[in-house]
Amino acid sequence: MAKPLHEPGLVLDGFRLEERVHRGGMATLWRVSHPGMTAPMLMKVPRIGEGADPAAIVSFEMEQMILPRLSGVHVPKFIAAGDFTVQPYLVMERVVGKTLYERIGVLPLPYAEVADIGVKVATALDDLHRQHVIHLDVKPSNIVLRPNGETVLLDFGLSHHDQLPDLMQEEFRLPFGTAPYMSPEQLLGVRNDPRSDQFALGVLLYFFSTGVRPFGESETLRGMRRRLWRDPVPPRSLRPDYPPALQEIVLRCLETEPAWRYPTMAQLAFDLSHQDQVKLTARSERLRRDPFTTVLRRRFNKDLTTPRPKAALAAQLSSAPIIAVAIDLAEGHADIKHALRVTTERILATLPSARLACLNVLKQARLTIDTTLDEHGHNKHVDRMVGLKYWAEPLKLDERRLTVHVIEAIDPAAAILEFAQVNRVDHILIGARQESLMRKLLGSVSAKVAAEAACTVTVVRPTYIDEAAKP
Amino acid sequence: MLIAFFADIHANRQAFSACLAQARDHGAERFVLLGDYVGYGADPEWTVTAVMDLVEKGAMAVLGNHDSAINNPREQMNVEAKIAIEWTRGELGPSEREFLAGLPLTLEDRDRLYVHADASNPKGWNYVASVADAARSISATPAPITFCGHIHQPALYSMSATAKMTSFTPTTGFAIQLLPGRRWLAVLGSVGQPRDGNPASSYAMLDTEKRELTYCRVPYDVEQAAAQIRKKGLPTWLADRLRVGN
Repeated sequence: MAKPLHEPGLVLDGFRLEERVHRGGMATLWRVSHPGMTAPMLMKVPRIGEGADPAAIVSFEMEQMILPRLSGVHVPKFIAAGDFTVQPYLVMERVVGKTLYERIGVLPLPYAEVADIGVKVATALDDLHRQHVIHLDVKPSNIVLRPNGETVLLDFGLSHHDQLPDLMQEEFRLPFGTAPYMSPEQLLGVRNDPRSDQFALGVLLYFFSTGVRPFGESETLRGMRRRLWRDPVPPRSLRPDYPPALQEIVLRCLETEPAWRYPTMAQLAFDLSHQDQVKLTARSERLRRDPFTTVLRRRFNKDLTTPRPKAALAAQLSSAPIIAVAIDLAEGHADIKHALRVTTERILATLPSARLACLNVLKQARLTIDTTLDEHGHNKHVDRMVGLKYWAEPLKLDERRLTVHVIEAIDPAAAILEFAQVNRVDHILIGARQESLMRKLLGSVSAKVAAEAACTVTVVRPTYIDEAAKP
Repeated sequence: MLIAFFADIHANRQAFSACLAQARDHGAERFVLLGDYVGYGADPEWTVTAVMDLVEKGAMAVLGNHDSAINNPREQMNVEAKIAIEWTRGELGPSEREFLAGLPLTLEDRDRLYVHADASNPKGWNYVASVADAARSISATPAPITFCGHIHQPALYSMSATAKMTSFTPTTGFAIQLLPGRRWLAVLGSVGQPRDGNPASSYAMLDTEKRELTYCRVPYDVEQAAAQIRKKGLPTWLADRLRVGN
């Protein structure tokens, strides 16, 4: 294997090394150029040779396998890889923007900004999880915000790919990750639970909203293990004006038991962007840490300090979808409303971690100015919310699994599609309007939604016998 | 170049035809056959003739323990396998038996080694069933990539430069890059008698330029293969297990 001797001006397979931008324990990063390529590029060269960390090679191998398989705006684009036997390297897009690490000097940030960062990072991680990858090293320096606001995740050297051999898993006995952000299960050697990324994001949100790291900065295994039984100081005791909903969300992300966290990143992003509808449990009210006796009980509970086998990433994701049901609350559609409820019930019955978002579009006129009050002086928006809750009531869903949304829009189909896209909805249920003048004039909302949605759409029709169709 | 690998065909005509057809559809340019062409299944003559035909056209084939048992009654095997082999002996003509007797235990092909079972003792017919077995097999050969079969359950092992092992159950249809920095042992699933709970026939394709290995599954006419086994009076368990893939 060639010696890793590099200096500016060196050309490797057409890539010219311009400037060394980072030299870490595992790899060196170079800004590179290539005739015929204009995009900003970065070359990652692993540190190999005498005295190098053996993890550097393995982590580089992992990234070399994973990066070319990733796509989308939330990851740097893969450009090229060098032959391992000659000179291993990876060339990828140099993401222009600022890392969250650059914000560390100005913490705590305003709550709304923290929530916004949380939504963006959770969305990026959700995208990654859907591509079968768990990041396992989520921290401020691995998250870049592009100038257009998109979030990019960097560094897949510690990541786990659900469909590839995990070279890190069996190579090392000690957990790998970044001490303050590492989840309890990662400390126990579990590398296949997507909710580990949620824990790390929870640490980040806690840190960014309070200015304090929830589990300190200890890098000793002993110090890190304390998070297995010691809960963090509730944010509200650090900042008295801390929003209870945000505390609810952040502390849920930081649960020791992965099953007590959000089932998916999409569900976390959903709660962060609809904080007014977050179910406030005892978590949101806590002002002090758990009593010493509780901590002691946890400390010596073997169940909590030994890893348990987890379901596969894909199974975990598909069991906890976000389902949106679009409901027309107008009078006279009782049969469709009923059919929608029956279908919803059937779907939810098979997916105990799914959550349901009930939508109603409050149609705005194009030309006239709408008032928020109807002819009887009722607030239309509130009336619709009440109507949605009334529709959902027979489903007997836990508040945590149900949200209601009244969207004001001119084009109902476009509004439903936008809601689904922004909230990473997995499945839309919508009723088909029966033959009517409205449908003739407006076209079918359900047809447009079904045709244009990026997710699964079920168009529901009431079961009835059409007398006219009988011979 | 695309190479298709088949292991443990076990005289299952329906499964082998389906795998060959799919591999050809996917552009396979060469075929490697990893042993156990006969035993268990109902079409040994057709299968051995098909293998001979492929070898004549450039395919590479190694010997499996069931193939060896045709000319060597002292091979150890379980009762059902023994019954099937005794029946098979009465099905194969001299040229087919001669072909099987002439097969090598191992073959080398550039940076690859082909063997039916554990490369550290090809004649011992040991299963490669664990990381330790895989480490023993990899250590016994200088070849960067070994292909074997025998256990009827697909698996992929690798050994790093520092002799650390990884094991992995391959995902169907998902290409895995065999990184040049480490040594690999690809254990093939079985074409003719899968035992990993999935009754679909199993084979693999290697893209030698990209060094990418893809494990493939092919559904085939299990009912027909099982019916033939019963019709030939072979132990019914050999027919039943095809349905469950175990």
